[in-house]
Amino acid sequence: MSATALNSATHDHGHDHSHDAKENAVFGFWIYLMTDCILFASLFATYAVMRHNYADGPTGKELFDLKYVFIETMFLLFSSFSNGFAMISMHRKDRFGTLKWLALTAVLGLGFVGMEVNEFTHLVVEGNGPDRSGFLSSFFTLVATHGAHVSVGLIWMAVMMGQLYFRGITPAITSRLMRLSLFWHFLDIVWIMVFTVVYLMGVL
Amino acid sequence: MKKLWIKLLPLFLYPGLGFACEGDCTKSPWTLLDPKGPIATDEKHLILTALGLMLIVVIPVIVMTFAFAWKYRASNKDATYAPKWDNSHAIEAVVWTVPAVIILILGIIVWNSTHALTPEKPIASNVKPLVVEAVALDWKWLFIYPEQGVATVNKLVIPAGTPVTFHITSDTVMNSFFIPRLGSQIYAMAGMQTQLNLLANQTGTYRGLNTQFSGEGFASMHFNVNATSAQEFQDWVAQTKTGGSKLDDATFKKLETPDEPAEPVLFSEVRPGLFQSILQKFSGGHEMSASHETHVRLAQAQK
Amino acid sequence: MNETALFGKLTLSAIPYTNPIIMGAVGVSALLTLLIVGWITQHGHWRYLWKEWFTSVDHKRIGVMYMILAGVMLLRGFADAIMMRVHQAFAEGAGHGFLPAEHYNQIFSAHGTIMIIFVAMPFFIGLMNYVVPLQIGARDVAYPFLNSVSFWMTAASAALIMVSLAVGDFSQAGWTGYPPLSETQFSPTSGVDYWIWSLQLGGIGTLMTGINFFVTILRMRAPGMNFMKMPVFTWTILVTTVLIMMSFPVLTITLLLLTLDRYMDMHFFTSNLGGNQMMFANLFWIWGHPEVYIVLLPAFGMYSEVVSTFSRKKLFGYNSMVYASVAIAVLSFIVWLHHFFTMGAGADVNAFFGIATGIIAIPTGVKIFNWLFTMYRGRIEFTTPMLWTLGFIATFAIGGMTGVLLSVPGADFVLHNSEFLVAHFHNTLIGGVLFGYFAGYSYWFPKMFGFRLDEKWGKRAFWSWIIGFYLAFMPLYALGFMGMPRRLVHYDNPTWQPFLMVALVGAFVIGYGVVCQIVQLVVSIRNREALRDTTGDIWNSHSLEWSVTSPPPFYNFAKIPHVEALDQFAHMKENGINHRSEAPFEPIHMPRNSGVGVVMGAITFVFGFAMIWHIWWVVIASSLAMLATVVYRANDEDVDYMLSAEEVARIEKQGAQATVSAHSGLSHHDMITQG
Repeated sequence: MSATALNSATHDHGHDHSHDAKENAVFGFWIYLMTDCILFASLFATYAVMRHNYADGPTGKELFDLKYVFIETMFLLFSSFSNGFAMISMHRKDRFGTLKWLALTAVLGLGFVGMEVNEFTHLVVEGNGPDRSGFLSSFFTLVATHGAHVSVGLIWMAVMMGQLYFRGITPAITSRLMRLSLFWHFLDIVWIMVFTVVYLMGVL
Repeated sequence: MKKLWIKLLPLFLYPGLGFACEGDCTKSPWTLLDPKGPIATDEKHLILTALGLMLIVVIPVIVMTFAFAWKYRASNKDATYAPKWDNSHAIEAVVWTVPAVIILILGIIVWNSTHALTPEKPIASNVKPLVVEAVALDWKWLFIYPEQGVATVNKLVIPAGTPVTFHITSDTVMNSFFIPRLGSQIYAMAGMQTQLNLLANQTGTYRGLNTQFSGEGFASMHFNVNATSAQEFQDWVAQTKTGGSKLDDATFKKLETPDEPAEPVLFSEVRPGLFQSILQKFSGGHEMSASHETHVRLAQAQK
Repeated sequence: MNETALFGKLTLSAIPYTNPIIMGAVGVSALLTLLIVGWITQHGHWRYLWKEWFTSVDHKRIGVMYMILAGVMLLRGFADAIMMRVHQAFAEGAGHGFLPAEHYNQIFSAHGTIMIIFVAMPFFIGLMNYVVPLQIGARDVAYPFLNSVSFWMTAASAALIMVSLAVGDFSQAGWTGYPPLSETQFSPTSGVDYWIWSLQLGGIGTLMTGINFFVTILRMRAPGMNFMKMPVFTWTILVTTVLIMMSFPVLTITLLLLTLDRYMDMHFFTSNLGGNQMMFANLFWIWGHPEVYIVLLPAFGMYSEVVSTFSRKKLFGYNSMVYASVAIAVLSFIVWLHHFFTMGAGADVNAFFGIATGIIAIPTGVKIFNWLFTMYRGRIEFTTPMLWTLGFIATFAIGGMTGVLLSVPGADFVLHNSEFLVAHFHNTLIGGVLFGYFAGYSYWFPKMFGFRLDEKWGKRAFWSWIIGFYLAFMPLYALGFMGMPRRLVHYDNPTWQPFLMVALVGAFVIGYGVVCQIVQLVVSIRNREALRDTTGDIWNSHSLEWSVTSPPPFYNFAKIPHVEALDQFAHMKENGINHRSEAPFEPIHMPRNSGVGVVMGAITFVFGFAMIWHIWWVVIASSLAMLATVVYRANDEDVDYMLSAEEVARIEKQGAQATVSAHSGLSHHDMITQG
């Protein structure tokens, strides 16, 4: 929520003060990401405390399919790459190039979210939902919080694609795309942590 | 403010004069200042020592507040006025050093006293400790004497002079087991076991209670502790064994119904292993303990 | 519990119309609201309020609104306090007081939550909103619109708590809401959900404010104002925002996990199936302890401003003050476990956290000595703000001492959960936090409204508060030593009762103090012409907020000042530098007012209410509405404007008296040029 609110709190116009405002916006967004870091840190801490609280239920080793999650990870990693290309196009003032790369990013992001939803559905259907044990509660919450962030990022991306399509590359839109890009890369880094701490360490 | 204190003083003293003591007038109403066991005595001395140490700073602060306010009042034109004077290394050194030294001394006291008074530490004695298993229920305490094979609700009988080791858990929400005149309290948590070692060095009747808010019947959750002679304790156990009902799983199930019993209940027999099964019913196969490992793990993860 | 698709868990029986006490409270609240609404309608002020206040993105107006919210909630929290004191004074033996347990338990839970989250927080956030941009020579905060959203989210959360009075119940699990008691198994009603959502939504608003002011202070200071030239109040706010940003996300998560336990049957804090109730205590206090300093540090900043101003002297040991604030902030993150030494963490852990807590006393002590040495060799004027400060120093010394005592694990083992603890934290929160806010309120009031508060009633309020405080809480310290636990709805120890009677008298004396404050406000508004300040610098003070008119023009500074010294305004006055801007002026870039913040607040309220009562279709609808509002705002390019140089010149010329009406009468269409 604060991400989008910050986004809309900037005022971008052609006059001399907008420069400051945009720099403030990017700086503030960094700060917001730091608070998000603490949010995830709390969830990781919770997971660390609860990761063996199986309550006679299944363990991570029994549940996680590393190959599946690796493909999922690739989706997100490549979406970060394509997001990078979108930023390059944006700096080149190539509106439709930017749009194309953003669309690819969104598709890859959707793939990631879709795979996650699929994984969750299977777990729940098999009776290993978040209400099964403390371990599964913390697993679902940590992974789904990340997933929810990605989903918010996707909505943001859709709105930005609309703005880009109708308005072109304005300073305001450039600033917002830069923040979206920060957000996206940040989620990538968090996912690497999730992959390592939850899946790799859960299976190995 | 000082004047106010003087006015209030008689009121603060009057319970100490024994005005309102009922029945047992050997006890002062100042529970924490009138300990009946070594742990509580150590804790009383710890409180007084710490307070004394801090008063070294607090009294000068209060005196200086009044003195400076009076002396440098605007109408007192005789007092020195130094509007630009805003720094003095000497004063800075003193105001950083004095509190630091006091906290250093206090820190050493904290380290030593915390290790000496840690609740799970057995009390050195040549008498074999009595083991009591305490279970917090809504809203009453169940005490099981595993070695004697008896149990009580809301009544604790212990021999004075014998260390008592409490194994504590909860069958419901978080509670805190506390006998103020004997010292230290500790939480009772479902699925976990905490330990507390206490000793009464005088016979008498003391109040025990739950201090952790636990819902509607919280205020009724107290009990009497009878510290008796060793012989009286043996007699009490023997007598309890002869009459009364048996505490089996069915009886325990009834006990679990939330209520606030007016009178203590005695059980002549206890199903062996009841305490363990109360603990285990929450664990779902996974063993948990209130060890400090959890805290350390969480602390590390947070950093 | 039965749920319907249309209304979720909500049924008519949720309204406790059979309970005369609750209905009385609802009636009084509703009547007061109706009276105010009626008065505004009768005088036709809605349009003005909407245009100039509700939709304002001006930090000064938002600040005032925050303070009004805090004042209203203070009355509610205080009513709870009086009910508890009356009840406990007569709850001995067979007399079980006048409240049933379930009602009493709600009252103390609400009292704690309201006083911390909806009094202390909005009070200092209001003051900092008003003062910080002025102190650093800025025209507004970094994100003026976000500021408005933060306020309306906080107001919506406060409204949720007020609604819990009439619809359903409030939490009966204490303001800390420890599970398993707060889990569905033991608290099946919506009470805990009211607690969760008001804290959660208000917390998000606070987090946004934290980010906003952190960026504002870091990036919008006037040229020349390096860190060591920053006013000490701004310093404490900077440190506070860091604490907010580092601790509030933890609260968000803690509440989220409890929500998931309650709503989705998860097992974070349950007793069974691998839940861990100890983790809640840890997480809650990892937020909760820094929170103590979040409300305390701004008060420290206010005392520093006040003590220097009314001692007619520079603040003693500015550098020490800054280092001490930072040290307190850092240490506040490694002490949380002292809230539960009795959990059985082991001697090493307990000793570590005990010592870490003790160390906080060092920088705090230094601050107290620095205030004392600011008074030393001064010319002290006993104005109301100064009285609050003096009362604070003496009172806080006692509160600090009992705090360090509680940080000694061996002492805490017998004092934990007792009335001694209750006395301690009220000693620090009233004698430390609230006194500071009252000092700040009476100190900056003339800046906000152009006239000062009546001194006579202010002093009456002070003496009532401080005498009432000692009467109300010293007996509780004593009761702690008599083994009385907190939160008792009845007791059977007759020796406790006289102490609780004295405490009751104390509460009434404080109540008289509150009445004095209300009268003070009314009297001051009536006599505002006599109390008028035309200089802008009524106290002959030292920092930049006093260099502009009272109240300041909505753009604060026609020209951004260049800062050369700590206490820049004092420096200007001494060196004969004209602190009022002179022509030629330049156009000023200003944000436009926006109703979107109000809309977001309203949506937040609906969302929270729907969540509490499980009305899922409204949850979904309000989420979509929130998304649509954000997208709408993101697409709105007309969010700011340029105020022309001529207009600035005109407002500057009008001077002190005219600025209020100039702002009110300003039409954005004909007086401004589009940027």
